Amino acid sequence: MTQTEVDGIVKQYGAKESAILAVLQDIQSKEKYLPKETLEYVSQRMGIPMATIFRIATFYNALSIKPRGRHKIDVCMGTACHVRGGTKILDKLERDLGISVGETTKDKRFTLESVRCVGCCSLGPVAVVDGEVFGRLTQDKMPSILKEFK
Amino acid sequence: MIPFMIDGQPVEGKEGGNVLEVALDAGIEIPHLCYNESVRPYGACRLCLVEVSRRGRTRLTTACTYPVLEGIEVYTQTEKVLRARRMIIELILAMCPGDQLIQDMAREMGVHAVRFKQEDKDCILCGLCSRICEEVVGAHAIQFAFRGDRREMIPPFLGEAMNCIACGACVVACPVDVIKMKEEGDERTIVRWKRTLKMKQCKVCGNYFAPWFQLEKFRDQAKLQKDFFDVCYTCRT
Repeated sequence: MTQTEVDGIVKQYGAKESAILAVLQDIQSKEKYLPKETLEYVSQRMGIPMATIFRIATFYNALSIKPRGRHKIDVCMGTACHVRGGTKILDKLERDLGISVGETTKDKRFTLESVRCVGCCSLGPVAVVDGEVFGRLTQDKMPSILKEFK
Repeated sequence: MIPFMIDGQPVEGKEGGNVLEVALDAGIEIPHLCYNESVRPYGACRLCLVEVSRRGRTRLTTACTYPVLEGIEVYTQTEKVLRARRMIIELILAMCPGDQLIQDMAREMGVHAVRFKQEDKDCILCGLCSRICEEVVGAHAIQFAFRGDRREMIPPFLGEAMNCIACGACVVACPVDVIKMKEEGDERTIVRWKRTLKMKQCKVCGNYFAPWFQLEKFRDQAKLQKDFFDVCYTCRT
């Protein structure tokens, strides 16, 4: 991310301490993670110590300091999805993508995460890909769903 | 001054003060790890738990974060308090089994065996180093990272703490003494923060006495003359 882009984001929220989370969120959604160099520039630009920014960046699950894939898959592991076979969906994805939960594929296409409950238990087992909810999943349905995300 | 009772003994505290500092001043022992009078109370170690009775209700609370209030009754040695403290020191001991101070405190409180899975950490995550760094030194070099059971006190991105001025305040403040500092020739290193800085030589005795970076920061903060730190503290006085 260029310094001009960061400047734009900072300008939008103001260079005050309370704006840091909003700034980090915007960088996260653009870059899919928080690169070290960008955070160093943000720290300098907003006058917030690097240690403080790192604390916030590592505290929230929505922020990541490791590079993420273009698409994020959240597999629901809430109680309802779990008893309806959520773990099998997760197993299938882990096997097909060759990664385990929390990791990103080598081609940066997918990042696999497990979440607790997405609030539509009647559709379980559920997975959310880039915000789009897929319900009543079976292992067989997974490859065709993944095909839609390049 | 606000009057109240600790273990039946009448004491007085100033407004805005906390129960722990009043107790310690009055010579009443309350075990504590994360409290330091030069920074704001944080309530991280939970060892200073006491029972506070106010308006007929009694509750367990940390003495360091409980404000001085008129007419409260504080009990530091009840069965409930001692039992809670034993559990807490056992948990801290499970986290840092190798630490001498924690071992001694645990033994004193009557904890001889740990029932929990033992970890091999050395830091008790009291946050004192970062609070001293922030509130007293003003360097903001170090902060907690991650959360929950993965919480750690590490420099940003596990690299060198670039804001660290190697003043050594955290080294002195750490209750379990796990932040080490070493001086070799004209260099001072804070090992845990991976920070090495060149030191300045005293014009009189020739000893290397403090890091350049630190002296310049202090000089600017206190608006001292340019040559104030040419001579070390011992030679100046």
